[in-house]
Amino acid sequence: MSETTLIPPRFRAPSALAWVLVVGFAAFFIQGLIASEISLDRLVRGASNLVRFIGQAVPPDFSRAPNIADAMLETLNIAVVGVTFGCLFSIPLALLAARNTAPNAVVRTLARFVISVSRTIPDLIWALIFVVTVGLGPLAGILAIIMDTIGFAARFYSERFEEVQKGPSEALTSTGAGRLSVIFGAILPESFASMTATSLFSVEKAIRSAVTLGLVGAGGIGVELSTAMRLFRYDQAAAIILVILVVVVVFEQISSSIRKRII
Amino acid sequence: MISAITCEEVRVSYGDLQVLRGVSFEIAAGQGVVLLGANGCGKSTLMRSLNGLERLQSGIICIHGDNLTVASRRDLRRIRRGMGYVFQQFNLVPQLSAFQNVLLGAMGRHRMGLLSCLSLTASTEERGKAMACLERVGMADRALHRPSELSGGQQQRVAIARMLMQAPKVVIADEPIASLDPKAGREVLDLLWRIVREEGLSMLCTLHQLDLAQEYADRIIGMKAGRIEIDAAISDTDTGQLNALYSGMTRVDAEPAGEAA
Repeated sequence: MSETTLIPPRFRAPSALAWVLVVGFAAFFIQGLIASEISLDRLVRGASNLVRFIGQAVPPDFSRAPNIADAMLETLNIAVVGVTFGCLFSIPLALLAARNTAPNAVVRTLARFVISVSRTIPDLIWALIFVVTVGLGPLAGILAIIMDTIGFAARFYSERFEEVQKGPSEALTSTGAGRLSVIFGAILPESFASMTATSLFSVEKAIRSAVTLGLVGAGGIGVELSTAMRLFRYDQAAAIILVILVVVVVFEQISSSIRKRII
Repeated sequence: MISAITCEEVRVSYGDLQVLRGVSFEIAAGQGVVLLGANGCGKSTLMRSLNGLERLQSGIICIHGDNLTVASRRDLRRIRRGMGYVFQQFNLVPQLSAFQNVLLGAMGRHRMGLLSCLSLTASTEERGKAMACLERVGMADRALHRPSELSGGQQQRVAIARMLMQAPKVVIADEPIASLDPKAGREVLDLLWRIVREEGLSMLCTLHQLDLAQEYADRIIGMKAGRIEIDAAISDTDTGQLNALYSGMTRVDAEPAGEAA
């Protein structure tokens, strides 16, 4: 080995930026621990409260089963209607937002902005906004799910459109076909499988969020749940939670088995 | 005689890289021309320019007298409609059946675009035409197969049927057999030239096989480093001359003379 070649050092000091980030994170973490007043005493008391809650919740009270079933049906309605419109609106938005299908940069930026706004605002906040604007009930829930689905589905659709191979679209362009024809003839068929998978995933996501939307009054089983909790009827709440659990798990199973078959 | 393709001093560059350095030639209607040249000499760029897929820096391209360089979007579509394109990678839509892919070839001809070309909504006449095109390339029995279920040669046949469906007057074939094995390649090339001759089309086809070029072409154009080196009737060319296209400074992105490896 010549003298000019150096063995790499065992340890290289992290950059100044890395130091700032690490120290900043640690400080924030410790401040968080102190601010939330975590103490062993509170945890122990919490555990005994949990036991009391479970004691009152068991056995679950299914006497209101018809009401629970009604509310669950409403939740599913909100999810299915919301996700259907959400996916439908997502397609044109995604086409406007994808680099290879957008008519121009201005439209594309605008479409991406709309999509990212609907994604950044959480579904519960959408629900609060729509409860204020259209009133309590399932319509607010549906609108909230639509916005939530657009933020998710339109983004994945447009990413898929951008990944499409250039060849087939170029071949159709070379036959003298117009832009829309090329999009619907080559780009959409190529993305179809992935779009279906994304849409099914949106359905799962929508059912989970539709359950919680009722907590802010946007219809569905969440309304029942928050009422039961507020009246300290933990046995009724337990029944509702069990129903939610079963329905969500069943839907996720169905949707994931369909997705497996498509991909 | 009407000229099918006219190029005058065509120049194209990508950034600083001058790819086409003043290319001029004329192809008469009904003539079958093979374009030869080493990889990276600008063949594909020339082919794409002929279809209006590249922006020219200067020069003029006319297809059947229509100036491509100054064409509006609508004119460009009309010109493209008269020009069939066969690609090296076939470029079929992978999720659609062979039949549907062929039907899509008619898209430029209809005002409603795609709506007149979906298997579900196309007129009986167009559906019949598409099937006839598939029959002509010997793929009628595979009409409902997807491209992934077909061999390379079969996929290129379907692509040729799509070109036929378009009913063009000029055909541009960009290395149509470069990704096929020798036997399938020869069969596809046979079919392509037979169809071009039967329909009386003009064709510009790039190839890498000198023997096939000499066998099929009326005329050979040879490119080297972005310029045309040879342009002669097939009887006036010899193999030595053609082989020279592949030696020395062939690429457009090579270092200036003397420094190149």
